[in-house]
Amino acid sequence: MRAYLGLFRREVLLAIRQGGELGLALGFFVLAVVLFPLGVGPEAEMLRRIGAGIVWVAALLAAVVSLDRLFAADYADGGLDLLVLSAVPLEGAVLVKCAAHWVTTGLPLALVSPLLGLLLDLDPAAIALLAAGLVIGTPALSLLGAIAAALTLGARRPGVLSSLIVLPLYLPVLIFGAGAVEAGTMSGGARAHLLLLGALSLAALPLAPLAAAAALRQALD
Amino acid sequence: MTAAVDDGELVAAALACRRGERLVFCRLGFVLGAGGGLLLTGANGSGKSSLLRVLASLLAPAAGAVSWGGVPVDRDLAGYRARLHYVGHRDATKPAMRVRETLAFWSEMRRGDAARIDPALATMGLDGLGDWPCRWLSAGQRHRLALARLLAAPAPLWLLDEPTAALDADGEQRLLSAIRGHRAAGGRVVIATHQNLPLDGVDTLSLDDFAALARAEADPFAAGF
Repeated sequence: MRAYLGLFRREVLLAIRQGGELGLALGFFVLAVVLFPLGVGPEAEMLRRIGAGIVWVAALLAAVVSLDRLFAADYADGGLDLLVLSAVPLEGAVLVKCAAHWVTTGLPLALVSPLLGLLLDLDPAAIALLAAGLVIGTPALSLLGAIAAALTLGARRPGVLSSLIVLPLYLPVLIFGAGAVEAGTMSGGARAHLLLLGALSLAALPLAPLAAAAALRQALD
Repeated sequence: MTAAVDDGELVAAALACRRGERLVFCRLGFVLGAGGGLLLTGANGSGKSSLLRVLASLLAPAAGAVSWGGVPVDRDLAGYRARLHYVGHRDATKPAMRVRETLAFWSEMRRGDAARIDPALATMGLDGLGDWPCRWLSAGQRHRLALARLLAAPAPLWLLDEPTAALDADGEQRLLSAIRGHRAAGGRVVIATHQNLPLDGVDTLSLDDFAALARAEADPFAAGF
């Protein structure tokens, strides 16, 4: 248990210290959302209608740009060898890395999303659903992203390749996340969408570390 | 940690290693008992690093097996990995992490004792640098930090890949005395090296011979068989 906590602490420390990785994902997220009103025009009615979708797409992209820090540095500096040889099973190490990635990416995104909701003129109920959906759905983004990050280790342009792999996998999360807000404001039936989002995260919780660990072993060979 | 007291023999039997299409070495074997030392020599590309990675269970051998105390490694992978330290060319240091943090982290990942961190840093001559971020370290100092892992969390088998390459004379002496202490306590060490390290009672294994065997096996006509 001490080893797991140690790994978690190290991952969070690195995310905070290494050139503000945390701020990078957040800044990307906020900028991407702010660009939309400039592009599609400032009519409040339209922004209200597409606002939740905009925030979710921006969250997906912010998750994608932060993926390469999951394994790439450890792969390059030999740390991955030591993780494999450590007392922690590789699947467990992947899970801890995903947890740290979520705390430093998904969670901050969910926390600032109400501000962006205000910016896009969403009503309070929609903002609450948006933030709740992000809290429930972003763990799946970190977990699924770990598979792509592990698969693309050693590739020439891992960032581009992993986004091509992972964005299709993110589709269900996007559909149910944005769908929850829409269903909530139209008919008041957001519960099913949020439950499905939770199911996606829970299903990825055991499956993604297994797949990512297998890909990491492949990369080491 | 009583891991250093372990009298199982490390046996490599009929090992072969393949990288892509190329057979790097084959029919390689040795026995390493408690207190033993083995130097791996050979030209660049003869497979020293590959052999160390096979011994570290990071690379699966193309043929043959490694066993510890009669138990094949893949039968008890976690147990075997807990017995070995692997220090390769890459130092696994993060520029943003402090020196002490780095060592404490890697030791923690092997359930090491936190009280051994500072003594290990001192033994490798890094005392006083504990609070430095690793990005301030030179290549030699980073390698000293990697070697300090050996001392921070004891394990009976040390696998060292050209450990003296980046070290100055002082660092080399510190490493050699650490290796002597480790072997005196029953530990064993496998070192890939191009240098003539002054260690007593070590065997030398020339990878060139086994690389030649592999070439003959791959192309019997070219080798004149």
